[in-house]
Formats: sequence, structure tokens, C-alpha cells
Amino acid sequence: MFDAREDALAGARQHANWSPYDNNGGTVLAVAGESYVICAGDTRMSSGYNILTRKFEKIDKMSGKTLMASAGFAADAVTLKKTLKARCKQYEFQNKREIGCVAFAQMLSNTLYYRRFFPYYAFNIVAGLDAEGKGAVFTYDAVGSYERTNYSCQGSGQALIMPVLDNQLKTVSPLVLPAASSATPLSEQEAIDLIKDCFATAAERDIYTGDSVELWIMNAEGVRKEEMALRAD
Amino acid sequence: MSVNLDLSFLHDTERGAASTKYRDEALQGVSNSVHASNFTAPAVEDFDAFQREVINYVKPAHGTTTLGFIFEHGIVIAVDSRASQGPYISSQTVKKVIEINPFLLGTMAGGAADCQFWQRNLGIQCRLHELENGKRITVRAASKLLANTLYSYKGRGLSMGTMIAGWDLNGPGLYYVDSEGTRLKGQRFSVGSGSLFAYGVLDQGYRWDLSVKEACELGRRAIYHATFRDAFSGGTVSVYHVGKNGWTKVTGDDVGELHFHYYPSEKIDEDSLGGLGKKEAEERAAAEATAMET
Repeated sequence: MFDAREDALAGARQHANWSPYDNNGGTVLAVAGESYVICAGDTRMSSGYNILTRKFEKIDKMSGKTLMASAGFAADAVTLKKTLKARCKQYEFQNKREIGCVAFAQMLSNTLYYRRFFPYYAFNIVAGLDAEGKGAVFTYDAVGSYERTNYSCQGSGQALIMPVLDNQLKTVSPLVLPAASSATPLSEQEAIDLIKDCFATAAERDIYTGDSVELWIMNAEGVRKEEMALRAD
Repeated sequence: MSVNLDLSFLHDTERGAASTKYRDEALQGVSNSVHASNFTAPAVEDFDAFQREVINYVKPAHGTTTLGFIFEHGIVIAVDSRASQGPYISSQTVKKVIEINPFLLGTMAGGAADCQFWQRNLGIQCRLHELENGKRITVRAASKLLANTLYSYKGRGLSMGTMIAGWDLNGPGLYYVDSEGTRLKGQRFSVGSGSLFAYGVLDQGYRWDLSVKEACELGRRAIYHATFRDAFSGGTVSVYHVGKNGWTKVTGDDVGELHFHYYPSEKIDEDSLGGLGKKEAEERAAAEATAMET
């Protein structure tokens, strides 16, 4: 990488309109409950008006209690996840225990920020169970600003889905005093149905969302997967 | 019987190369050893043009209206909670007051990631200062640490406008620090896209001898009016007070509900006023109405 930089500084030629980035589309979403968390993403990967594949998994398990989903530029997302998995292993060897989802969330933020001047073009959501077994969702921008929330949606369907989630799941802001409970009011099954509906409607109006949606459901018993077909046109 | 701990390693400046390397590795990303070489640089000829291109892609979340002022009984800090990426509201629940330690607060305007990362870094530097010197860092020193860090990244496209507020042995202290390297000591500041609206209310209502309750209400009112006129400000209004025993969060109100408090059209729900009586609210509304007529 730094060889390339030296080449550039030495005056080597670059194509005038070359960009290191592409947008491969796709939507990811997560909802946290009192004792569960659900992470979902569609499986379409596109470039411009071409569909490259209908079976691209955007979600990955990073550690025992942590899931991560990314939309945006697939190459950056894959590289980022690979780097993070290696750092999770390092953490495990150094601390003799698995990384928790809250620590992982901070690590992702730092990793993104160290690319502040050459960002990963990936929009991420971290979903997991915290130290108390409560569902946790962390939502990021591309350069590492993050926030713990109860639900979040990122990627090409964000502007279509987020208003629906606000309407169904919005609770009192954690900033308001006196503090009120802000847990998601839905049961696990109700949340699964809501998420499926969200993807089905987004696929109707967003060309970058479709083919199928995968749901990773994490609770005290472990992780299980569900899949539902979406429009493939 | 006393227990002796060998703390000599804390003073060991003659560490071998191996242990220094190990420490640097262990602290990577969390110490003041953060420096330019940790950041991946793009392999491009024109760094500025590349940064402009990147901004179009990643649209980092931007923060918005914040204010702080010193008065007789300490400092009041008030902020909104909206973050937007272009015209899209990416969050209404951003924590724009960063609690550096029990006596120091930082506020956040500009790039959300820049503020979060560098104020966390400042928190680490302040804690290390405490461990090295056995006493709390002054507000003056803390703000200088941040200003020096930001100045070393000048021209690289960071975007931050922050206030550092706190109480130390010199009493209350308030500094404005930004990513251009500016560092100003002052009594009243407002930062962000809604700052002009907030200044209007703040300068009009400010007095040195405000009570704590009046000062907090002034802060809340100034931020509320900024959220009313500035599209990039909104969410909730949080108000903090810094006194000689450290900071406390005083109020947190949803702007949607505050609206009916400042512009009551029908009966007011007394419980939702955050400590203000109905009579007080009505008097203020009447006073504002007269002020608008004249």
C-alpha cells in the first residue's frame, strides 16, 4: 500500500476518473429486545444496474455474542470483517476470554476511525447480547461515529425502512429526564414478522434490495437462522 | 502491617525496546501515542481532492447546536441531539455532551466521529495526566491538550467545534477549541449551525447573577429556539450544570413536548414541564407575546 503511495508521490500516472470505491447496495437491519436480538439483511449484490449475485451474505458472526452486518462497498465490508475477526482472536489470546459485544462495538469504531483519511465505504450494524444478556444494537457511520440503540437500518433501503421502524418501535429517548425504560416492546416472533414485512416493502421500491432476506436470531439458547424469499426482479 | 506494592515500573523511563514495543501495541488506539502513522493514508497525488470525493461517498454524520456559559454559580452547558447526513436525519438521540471525567465536560459539533474519537482520546490523556501528577488536570491544560492534538492534524479535513467546560482549583473554566486550531477562553459560547439563533436568546437573557434554576432554563430556552429555526438541530434538549463538586445533568426534554411549553395553545400538562410551574410558563408566554408586538 505504501509502495503505491510512494509511486503516486513520485509522480506515477493515475487514471483521472478512477475511484477506489463502488456501491454494491443492499440493506441491513437489527432489532434488540429484552432478551433477544435479530440481525437481518437482504442477499442481493449489485453494481450500477447489474445484479452481480443473488446470494451474498451481509451478516457474519464475529464472536459468541456478536453479529455484524454491513452494506455499501462489499470489498471493503469483507476486508473489514476479516481484519476484525483476526483482532477478535488476538483479544481472546490476550485476555483469555471471548470479546463481548460492547467491547467489540468500540473496537469497530476505532478500526473505522483509523481509516479516517481513506475510509472503509461500509455502513455497519453490530447486534449482540450484552453482559446482562439484554439485546444490543450499535449503529455506525463510515468513519466510526457510533451509538447504542434499540433498532437500526442501514444501506440502500434505510430511508424506506427507518420511518416504519420509528413508527412501530420508537420509545422514549434515553436522553430524556426523568429516565424511562426504552426496551423494544415486541416479542421475538412479532419482531421477526415486522422485519420480514420491512424487507418485503423495501424490495417493492428499492432496486438494490431483493432476492431474499436472511434473519439471524440470537437469544440465550444461541443463534438460529431464518430465510425468506423476496422479489427477484 | 502494611502492604507494599512495587510501583517502580511506573517511573522506569529506561525501558528496553521490547517492552516499549509491547506497551505501544497494547495501547494502540487508546493512548496519547495515537499519531499520524497509525492512520492509513490513501495512495493519491492530490490528498485534498480525494478527501472531497470521499465526503460525497461516506457523508459523515454532522452534529449541531451547543452552548455554554459561566455565571455566578458555575457553568451551564446545553445541547440538542440531532445528527444528519445531508438531508437525512441519521439520529435524534446523539449524546453531544461527552463526560470526560466527573469535573470535565466536552461538547460536540461538526463531524460526529471526529468529536467522539478525539474527545475519548482527550479523556485518556487527562487520566494519564492524573496518574502521572497525582492531581486532576486543569480545564486550561485539558483544552490545550485537545487544541495541540487538533493543530497537529490541521489541513487534513477534521471538522470539530467543541467547548471544554469544567471546575478546577481556579474555579469554573470554559474554552472553545476547534479543528482549525483555535483555542479561546471565554464566558459565553455557542457552536454549530444553530449557534446564531442560540446566541440571540442567550445574550438577551444572560445576567451574571442568574440563579442555577434560571441559568438552566436560559440554556434550555436558547437551544429550544435554535431547534425551532435551524433544520439541522432538534431531538432532545439536554442541560448540564457544572459546580464545584463536578457536573450534573439537570434536564432532558423532547423538543416536540417543549414546543407546547414555550408556545402553549391549550392546557399545559404540569408534570411535563421539568420543574417549571404553569404560572411561570404563562407569564413567559405573555411576556414573549408583548415583546413580539413591540
